[in-house]
Amino acid sequence: MGFNKKYIWLGLGAVIFLIYPLIFTLPFPRHVMIMIFLYATLGLAWNMIGGYAGQISLGHALFFGIGAYTSTLMLMKLGASPWVGMLVGGILSMGVSFIIGYPCFKLAGHYFAIATIAIGEIAQVWMLNWDWAGAAVGLTLPILPESLINLEFHSTKAPYYYIAFGLLILGLLATYGIDRSKLGYYFKAIKGDLEAARSLGINVTKYKFFALALSAFFTSICGSFYAQYVLFIDPDSVFPLMLSVIVCLVATLGGVGTIWGPVIGAFILIPISEFTRIYLGGGGKGTDLVLYGLLIIIISVYQPFGVIGIAKRFRKKESA
Amino acid sequence: MYSSEIILQTILSGILMGCIYALVAVGLCLIWGLMEIVNFAHGEMLMLAMFTSFWGFTLFHFDPLLSLPFCMLLLFLVGVATYFIIIKKILKAPFLAQILATFGLGIFLRYLAQFMWSPDFRTIKNPILSGNLNVGGLFIGIPQLAASVICVATFIVLYLLINKTEIGAALLATSEDREAASLMGINSDKMFALGWGIGAACLGVAGALMSNFYYIFPEVGFSFSLIAYVAVALGGFGSIPGSFVAGIIIGLVEFLSGLLIAPAFKYAFVFLIYLLVVFIRPQGLWGRY
Repeated sequence: MGFNKKYIWLGLGAVIFLIYPLIFTLPFPRHVMIMIFLYATLGLAWNMIGGYAGQISLGHALFFGIGAYTSTLMLMKLGASPWVGMLVGGILSMGVSFIIGYPCFKLAGHYFAIATIAIGEIAQVWMLNWDWAGAAVGLTLPILPESLINLEFHSTKAPYYYIAFGLLILGLLATYGIDRSKLGYYFKAIKGDLEAARSLGINVTKYKFFALALSAFFTSICGSFYAQYVLFIDPDSVFPLMLSVIVCLVATLGGVGTIWGPVIGAFILIPISEFTRIYLGGGGKGTDLVLYGLLIIIISVYQPFGVIGIAKRFRKKESA
Repeated sequence: MYSSEIILQTILSGILMGCIYALVAVGLCLIWGLMEIVNFAHGEMLMLAMFTSFWGFTLFHFDPLLSLPFCMLLLFLVGVATYFIIIKKILKAPFLAQILATFGLGIFLRYLAQFMWSPDFRTIKNPILSGNLNVGGLFIGIPQLAASVICVATFIVLYLLINKTEIGAALLATSEDREAASLMGINSDKMFALGWGIGAACLGVAGALMSNFYYIFPEVGFSFSLIAYVAVALGGFGSIPGSFVAGIIIGLVEFLSGLLIAPAFKYAFVFLIYLLVVFIRPQGLWGRY
């Protein structure tokens, strides 16, 4: 694809998404888009460590939860603006990522993945029992007057839409930056062959830390946004293993280690999950989740390299 | 603080539960040893076994002890079917796709159970195995005792099967070197299916025994899956004696931390012990690599 053509497509896409809330004025289509943007950003964040650096984390809900709880607690206990809380949460998550990374980066493959599950579960148990932070009851955010500073909008979802879109753009820019810089090559080298990367003089541990910290920061920001959007958080909604798996799935479905993979994944997966939830969910039956499980199996069995993988295969065939 | 009787009682309960954890974990361990795939639907298969036993009791008045062989057979078939329908297709897929496929299977089974049987907690009322033994002031639940004895027995049978029989030798050969084993005329496809069958059959035994004294509900498998991963990683992936010891350690940690610290945090301590062990010995206690 030519240089100019690519920018025309990007511009066209941006314009469509900017005018989308003007065309779809009902809450539900806007909500679906907000969720797509949120999960696409989460997928992009996961992709930094899981896709580029190849360290499969199944505990990203931890950072999401830290973000949600930090901004909410700061708002409720200190009256701080959620934007400040978002930033503090992001920095806190980076700090936590260092503490986790220090021992966990010694582990490889399944050991790393299960260690991240274990850490995520410990955090969830901790939050379920921490009375000061609402314990199992959760936290209901105070209803404040609508404003950008309070990051609360009650009459319309449009501002949330644009903020979520902004988050996605931020995530894309960061991923683009990684992909095109030396950092991206270092990450890919670590994923490709750890020993070879080390022998070429790459400080493997340092770059794993970089990847995890960046990933934690973006995941945490999404957590704070989620808390402000839903206005209620509890350990089961922001710390579950299921969230970590979905984030990982979004990236896998689109294509791991690519810029657009997680975005494509979110655009396919989230509408399916939202629509099945609306039409089949409720009543404690969990029909939507039965289909969701089935979908996950089908995707991983038939499309292990994601949508971008299929596209690449097609292009290869054409040129051959 | 605590009387020695309470401590002893807790240690005993921990060991009894640990035997069951060990049997749950060994299935996972066997599958990993064979083909380096972690079955993230392990707990859900256990849940299926528990429900099978429950429905056998409720609909046909079959005591869980009698339906045990049936559970074992059914789960064996579930394991083999899982291999042929899902696992066989992802043997060469990236690590990530393998994780997600079995995770998806777990979610599917869990919510299918919820869909069909509602999320209610159920118990089996008055099975043959019930009541307590009083041994010198220590109470031992008869279902728990029987469960751990049978679990240990199954464990020994499994160990002998793998180390002393021709099938076991074929399984070991396949796990050592797939290519070389195929050249010796061992059908690796059959061996993998057998591994999944045996791994799931262990869950059939554990599930039938646990249905005597444990709540039965669709999400019951979740905590057991996590414990099984921890046990297998703790013992060292692929090491069968390792997963036995790890099962007992986890049972002890769970019950002792529940008593001495707080029941709400007991699983957190199990995970903490796991993290401590793998940080010091990343390959697990008995891991080969």
